[in-house]
Amino acid sequence: MEVFLQQLINGLTLGSIYGLIAIGYTMVFGIIGMVNFSHGDVFMLSAFIALIFFMLIASFFGAAMIVLALIFVLVLAMFFTALWGWTIERLAYRPLRGSFRLAPLISAIGMSIFLMNFVQLVQGPRNKSTPPMLNKSITLIESATYSVQISYKQIVIIVTTAVLLAAFWYLVQKTPLGRAQRACEQDRKMAALLGVDVDRTISITFIMGAALAAVAGVMYLVLYGVVSFHDGFVPGVKAFTAAVLGGIGSLPGAVLGGLLIGLIEVMWSGYFSIDYKDVAAFCILAIVLVFMPSGILGRPEVEKV
Amino acid sequence: MTAPASTPAARERDLKAALKEAAFAALITFGLCIPIIAWGTRQNMDNVLVLDPRWDAVAWAVAIVFVGRFLVALRQQTKDKRKPMVRLLPHGTVGFFQRHSRLFSLFGLGFLVTFPIIAINLAGWSGALKWIDNFGVQILIYVMLGWGLNIVVGLAGLLDLGYVAFYAVGAYSYALLAKNFGLSFWILLPLSGILAAFWGMLLGFPVLRLRGDYLAIVTLAFGEIIRLVLINWVDFSGGYAGISGIPRPTFFGTPFNASDTGFAAKFGFEFSPLHRTIFLYYVILALALITAFVTLRLRRLPVGRAWEALREDEIACRSLGINTTNTKLTAFSIGAMFGGFAGSFFAARQGFISPESFVFMESATILAIVVLGGMGSLWGCAIAAIVMVGGTELLRELDWLKQVFGNEFDPTKYRMLLFGFAMVVIMIWKPRGLISTREPTAYLKEKKAISADMVQEGHG
Amino acid sequence: MVTASPAPLLQVEHVTMRFGGLTAVNDLSFEAHKGQITALIGPNGAGKTTVFNCITGFYKPTEGMITLTQESGDNFLLERMPDFRISWKAKVARTFQNIRLFGGMTVLENLLVAQHNPLMIASGFTFLGVLGIGGYRAREKEAIEKARFWLEKINLIHRADDPAADLPYGDQRRLEIARAMCTDPVLLCLDEPAAGLNPRESHDLNTLLLSIRKDLGTALLLIEHDMSVVMEISDHVVVLDYGTKIADGTPAEVQADQKVIAAYLGVDDEEVEAVEAEVGIT
Repeated sequence: MEVFLQQLINGLTLGSIYGLIAIGYTMVFGIIGMVNFSHGDVFMLSAFIALIFFMLIASFFGAAMIVLALIFVLVLAMFFTALWGWTIERLAYRPLRGSFRLAPLISAIGMSIFLMNFVQLVQGPRNKSTPPMLNKSITLIESATYSVQISYKQIVIIVTTAVLLAAFWYLVQKTPLGRAQRACEQDRKMAALLGVDVDRTISITFIMGAALAAVAGVMYLVLYGVVSFHDGFVPGVKAFTAAVLGGIGSLPGAVLGGLLIGLIEVMWSGYFSIDYKDVAAFCILAIVLVFMPSGILGRPEVEKV
Repeated sequence: MTAPASTPAARERDLKAALKEAAFAALITFGLCIPIIAWGTRQNMDNVLVLDPRWDAVAWAVAIVFVGRFLVALRQQTKDKRKPMVRLLPHGTVGFFQRHSRLFSLFGLGFLVTFPIIAINLAGWSGALKWIDNFGVQILIYVMLGWGLNIVVGLAGLLDLGYVAFYAVGAYSYALLAKNFGLSFWILLPLSGILAAFWGMLLGFPVLRLRGDYLAIVTLAFGEIIRLVLINWVDFSGGYAGISGIPRPTFFGTPFNASDTGFAAKFGFEFSPLHRTIFLYYVILALALITAFVTLRLRRLPVGRAWEALREDEIACRSLGINTTNTKLTAFSIGAMFGGFAGSFFAARQGFISPESFVFMESATILAIVVLGGMGSLWGCAIAAIVMVGGTELLRELDWLKQVFGNEFDPTKYRMLLFGFAMVVIMIWKPRGLISTREPTAYLKEKKAISADMVQEGHG
Repeated sequence: MVTASPAPLLQVEHVTMRFGGLTAVNDLSFEAHKGQITALIGPNGAGKTTVFNCITGFYKPTEGMITLTQESGDNFLLERMPDFRISWKAKVARTFQNIRLFGGMTVLENLLVAQHNPLMIASGFTFLGVLGIGGYRAREKEAIEKARFWLEKINLIHRADDPAADLPYGDQRRLEIARAMCTDPVLLCLDEPAAGLNPRESHDLNTLLLSIRKDLGTALLLIEHDMSVVMEISDHVVVLDYGTKIADGTPAEVQADQKVIAAYLGVDDEEVEAVEAEVGIT
């Protein structure tokens, strides 16, 4: 039981990060029907941006006010990653709007390769680790053999994710911007005819996706304290898996899928074998898709003859 | 309107607009550079991360973008009045190429067959090894993989992001069976293909009723599962360390070594490691040509037409009595079979394989070759493979750039960066690939190429 | 009653199709006979296309039985067969309301794809074909000849080598019919074949359909809104409204049926006469 609780906490932490990345995939897919393959690398890039800002701030203020520093880093990383997201959409995807379906996918894969190697080139191929931070933890249950702990890091991650998701949910559901976005999702041509600036809406979607990926990047850095240029791929694929699992196109689905993938991974490592945790995640994805092709919260696809 | 561009006032206005564009682009570049280029991270002697400011690099980047965008904006202003299209090739080149495709095929074939001889004559016996191995064999492997995947993606319209899994199945089949049972290359080559096809069927069966991007993600997942199993099942596959000492192919029983019974001694040549490379070159050339031949044949058979019909409209196919599941499955497994052939060749050529060779990047590269080449087009695939694989290999040869940029400069570092960049640029330049027209498989009076706008890309 | 032959070609018995809570087709029974043109009419949303989808296997009916009896006496229970076998074994072909041609393939290729199954056998299920063994080449020539026959019949022989997506709308409709005919059907189901055609094209279509019935003896089942087509060529009309059959008979009988008029004009039965008087129908 204690082990289960501990794994539940760990799984939720990891799952929040996947969920944040998954939103970027699911929003872009919802609005332009494209798998944004470079999203995982945008996440990795944001972790680097966060790392640099963290070190800058630490060198100016010292490591005393860690929470304030984190908030600064979060805001800066979100801003600069969003700028990258906007630029990528503008240069690599917008010219391909309305063209052949595979063209943006290949362009995105190319962008992913480009970003990965760009970061390797400008920041070097080695793992980059931050000085340890927020290392204390609270013991929740103390038993003779096992104690369930939740670390400050995990609290920060879960709370930040929850707060930002709530803000984001408000943005998409209650503002004119969100309405424009949902209209574009339903029918882009009609939305344009009714005066929605489709290009701008899509740009904003990419900006929001990248900003949330930046949150995930900061959280990843806080959680693991280390990042390298190829860290974008695996979390990226898993987040995409999460988006599909939850039902691609659905925002709550993405978060739910992220949490599930995080839990599956952590539980599998805890109870079975750590080596096969990714295999388990992918197998579950395949099984879910075969038996429930529209994901958990997705709209079922009706075959119209 | 009296030619506004010629009046000084208009010219000034144009300049202003261009400057504005350029300033905006420079500002964005500055923003992009701020964190990631402006400070480099480095572990110092105490293994603590420190920051190195690099504002000079930022200044360079901003300046280059500013000037570049300014020039492009000016060019666009004059171009708006003329033709809007960018043409890298003179008008009609592609049409000419396609009209005489038979001639070009013969010419290309002649070049490929004589390539080792040309390489030896131009680069000498010692220099030719690099050309035949790194360029000839390497590119032909990708051409073959591209042609194999072309059946799945280009003809049947099924998006497969895990093609490298079948390449891995072929390679490990050869490596394990050759090492453990001592079977020869010529027995194992078809066997690995059959095993890969079998795996294609096994994996294809549950997933082929999925459509579109779901199929893509499940194939990606399968590719990753196979790789992860190869990494983790150490007893079976050697894990990360891979399998080394894989028996090399022999010349129909005669090994390529310096011994008395070796190839050189038997045929009265002086021993050279090049013999094996040339032999391998011809093996992969033959394999690639078989792939092309079979693909061309299949396109004219009912199954090939059914693949293309499936790509166009699956529901109509079902209404015409075509068993779409079986049709997809054949495409999937035939594609996998060619991947398996290529894999077993790869293992035999390297003598060493590890899961590192079968990462997602490989699938992405092969898919990029198919799409960049123009889906369904064999010529397109071949050209794309030469451009993408050969082009990046060529960067290894650019050592002279060191004299320009100083010894710190290493062109190979930019290899994959440019590879990714080229993928984006080619897609924007030609979204339907280099050769995008479709050749009909049967005709009554004349064969007319079909423009890409008509051809569907498939939903699976 | 229509001239009934002993065993009807197609027998639809008590077919019901529900989508969740919606009953699209409710306890429908009708027959289609060999050598006849049966029309299925009704207002929009009456469930006509759903009936087609049940007959051709794209939907499985919730309840009921659909039997096809071939001339040889073979019986096929269509509701139990997957869609592609219905076309292949039971020999029921269909066209679609929104034309579904293989747009990127030539007109000729479209007709060759329709002959997939016989050609597949001729190519030794691909194995012999790849090796170039067996009579595939000759068989393919025959298939091309058959395609030529149909192209001449629909006046498209001059467009044989053009992509199907390039054809004008009316030609695409005819090509889709020819493609369905290339599967050698005993029953051809046409979903609104005259939709979007101009009067001349519509007239040509009538000629084509009558000639298919006369020359090849293929039975036709068609959904149509264009009453000129329905009344002119059909032998037997079935009228659906809200998924239920409201009339069944010869065109003349149906035309005079009060319920049919009510369904089309959308009024209660009592008001029909008043409305009729108003619009001048007697």
